[in-house]
Amino acid sequence: MTKVTIEVNGKKVSKDVPDHTILSVFLRDSLNLTGTHVGCDTSQCGACVVHVDGKSIKSCSTLTVDINGLKVTTIEGLVKDGKMHPMQEAFKKMHGLQCGFCTPGMVMSAIDLLQNKKNPSDTEIRKWLEGNICRCTGYQNIVAAVKEAASKM
Amino acid sequence: MKTFNYHSPKDVKTASKLSSTSSIFLAGGMTSIPSMKLGLATYKDVIDIKNIKKLSGIKVSGNSVTIGATTKHAEVASSKEIQKKIPSLSKLAGGIGDAQVRNRGTVGGSIANNDPSACYPSACMALNAIIHTNNRKIEAKNFFKDMFETVLKKGELIEAVEFKIPEKSNYQKHPNPASRYAIVGIYLAKHKKEVNVAVTGAKSVVYIDKDLSKALSSSFFSSAIEGMELDSSEMNSDIHASADYRASLVVTYAKKAVEAC
Repeated sequence: MTKVTIEVNGKKVSKDVPDHTILSVFLRDSLNLTGTHVGCDTSQCGACVVHVDGKSIKSCSTLTVDINGLKVTTIEGLVKDGKMHPMQEAFKKMHGLQCGFCTPGMVMSAIDLLQNKKNPSDTEIRKWLEGNICRCTGYQNIVAAVKEAASKM
Repeated sequence: MKTFNYHSPKDVKTASKLSSTSSIFLAGGMTSIPSMKLGLATYKDVIDIKNIKKLSGIKVSGNSVTIGATTKHAEVASSKEIQKKIPSLSKLAGGIGDAQVRNRGTVGGSIANNDPSACYPSACMALNAIIHTNNRKIEAKNFFKDMFETVLKKGELIEAVEFKIPEKSNYQKHPNPASRYAIVGIYLAKHKKEVNVAVTGAKSVVYIDKDLSKALSSSFFSSAIEGMELDSSEMNSDIHASADYRASLVVTYAKKAVEAC
């Protein structure tokens, strides 16, 4: 057991966790933040992507104790004053999802892309999203959504 | 995943003391954590080395680039200094896994793990790297022993990797379409006196292809290795690529690397 203090979506959380607790499990089971999805659980699919200190990572392959003292943002932390994040708006507007399972990871990953590159090309968007797998959309509308968000952010 | 005790020492000496035959040093964890989750590996102690400050960072000197063991792939990919001195090394780092893996995965972790399809070991071999540990300096050619095996001893920790700056170099890989590991990867480096063609993914462990290196040392043109047939008897064969196909890929990608220099 280790006591961790992590800032999750702007709020400090302190809890005792078993050392082998995976971050995705901690977020979903201990904090009830079920917006972070677990797909493959082996860091291939990207449904579990969250931000740690502003950078996108796969929460299914991260130990909770390992991010003690850091800041985590999940999909639930994007809404500000009841308004969706521009990336969420863009996914809605451009129909960048069908079943929605991969979407939280896609959105978190795409926001990190725009932090690194303001106006990415289609190729750059596709390359960046290599770690996020969608089995419904064929990616066309996801790329369109990221471009739409880039024009608004 | 089986339980373990997590440690986060602040210095190398403490980290080394904590290690035992059933411990692992944790850097990015991009291989070790999935391995533990799948039950492929279990440890009593997990020793996180990310909080040891001196293990991270990039230093450039006249003839070498030294990268701290816990420096992340994303940092190597975006480093202006490395892009200037050894652009192929930044390119290699920027092509490992995916963006999230590059935000966590580290150079020290990659070479300590010595996956037969990892990208970094080929850079170490081609760039005559020296692996600095807490006990000694090891030349890359003596470091990689066999599949997932290195000469590192218990309690020995990689502190940094020193890459020699070549005259010209290039990295080319034939990536697995799902995971981007190298089905075959070629790191070509032209130094003042020699050309090294390091190959990853083709055999059980990274190696320098002597025939290709020799041919390119006498004539640094792709025509010098055109149509060369390599012995495929020790090459890997799986559902992704047969041994003969891998042998052919080695030559094809070595040619591409020469042409890109």
